Amino acid sequence: MPAKVWTIFRKDLLIELRTKDSLNAMIFFGIVVLVIFNFALEAIRESIRAAVPGVLWVSFAFSGTLGLNRMFAAEKENSCLQGLLMVPVDRGIIYLGKMIAACVVIFVFSLIFFNLTVWREIPYVVLVCLVGTLGFTAVGALLSAIAANTKMREVLLPLILFPVVLPILVNAVEATAIILNTVDYRQLKLPLTIMTVFTIVFATLAYLLFEYVLED
Amino acid sequence: MIEVQGVAKYFGRFSALRDLSVTVREGEFVSLFGRNGAGKTTLLRILAGLTRPSSGDVRIHLSGPRSPQEARGGMGYLSHNTALYGDLTAVENLRFYANLFDLALDEAELDKRIQLVGLAGREKEPVRNYSRGMQQRLAIARAFLHDPSILLLDEPFTGLDQTGTEFLKDYLSRAHGRGKTCVMAIHDAVLGYELADRILVIESGGVAMDVARRSVSLAEFQQRYRALVKERSDAG
Repeated sequence: MPAKVWTIFRKDLLIELRTKDSLNAMIFFGIVVLVIFNFALEAIRESIRAAVPGVLWVSFAFSGTLGLNRMFAAEKENSCLQGLLMVPVDRGIIYLGKMIAACVVIFVFSLIFFNLTVWREIPYVVLVCLVGTLGFTAVGALLSAIAANTKMREVLLPLILFPVVLPILVNAVEATAIILNTVDYRQLKLPLTIMTVFTIVFATLAYLLFEYVLED
Repeated sequence: MIEVQGVAKYFGRFSALRDLSVTVREGEFVSLFGRNGAGKTTLLRILAGLTRPSSGDVRIHLSGPRSPQEARGGMGYLSHNTALYGDLTAVENLRFYANLFDLALDEAELDKRIQLVGLAGREKEPVRNYSRGMQQRLAIARAFLHDPSILLLDEPFTGLDQTGTEFLKDYLSRAHGRGKTCVMAIHDAVLGYELADRILVIESGGVAMDVARRSVSLAEFQQRYRALVKERSDAG
């Protein structure tokens, strides 16, 4: 099983490294969102640290959705998904391979955007980004597979993704706020626990349901 | 052997297949004819395990009866969609599928498979650069990489030039000669007739004609098929 997951993961990453479709779209979109917020929040520059977590995770969510949309759009080209479904592997493995590949791409993107100059905070930010990205892609990989089978996938994905992934985003914002605004990192335990439990539950459900999602 | 018993498939209120039953014997080459929307592709997708039937039962006998999902490793599916990744090279595409099929094929063996389908010298080129015909040739190598016992073919000649058509025809003839079971949906009456042991015509989701090729000449088959289609068109 790990070998098959690795094969799918490696293929997705290789295509992304060659085309940079998802990463370029996410970075470009993320920059635009941050620039707009920069101007919008000019008036509250004194208390900007309070707004930063929300701004960062809004950019993350919108840009990440672009990346997820690309993930299954590539499989629809030339009906590659059909070829993938004909291989004798548990379809949950396809989910895991694609989910981990999306997670790596979005995690790299999030590290660029959550780049902080205070070294002490970096390990905590990386941890929150990692757990947040895992939760986001655990749900996103399943829902982007559903959306990919519809005519209006670009519109549908955010509509079904954001309500479901809200617990991850809310807790990620809270955890980032704790890192930026306090020195007591023990407070991170609660949001990180909620995000971890959410990720495990949704990843398990998605693994089991993926077979039904891919069929007509 | 493939056994289809009372299979129906609904897409919402539209019925693509209605109580369809058919048995394909081991080593038999069956050509499926029928108008667009008759249910040929749906039947092939059900046989391949890509779609679940709404009702009925499908059994694929590969060392014992199995559901299409269980039998995937023994089947190859080739359609006019190539299922190839345009940003990967030919070798990378085949290596990807070989790994998923647990095939221990080294670089030299993959190169050989690519050369066998007439793409020598283009192994390291991204598939996106290939012409339609070249992509279909590589799709043949991909679909039959694991030497499946059952070949499911959905309009496999679409987009192929004369040379490509001859190549695929020859390939399928040889596969059939080696005892492979083939089920092929096709519109070209001459090609479908020449390759088949048996001809099935699917109309409105059911079997409208089922004849052994030996029992009819090409001209007779074409005449009966045209008459059937006209009759159904008039009725519809």
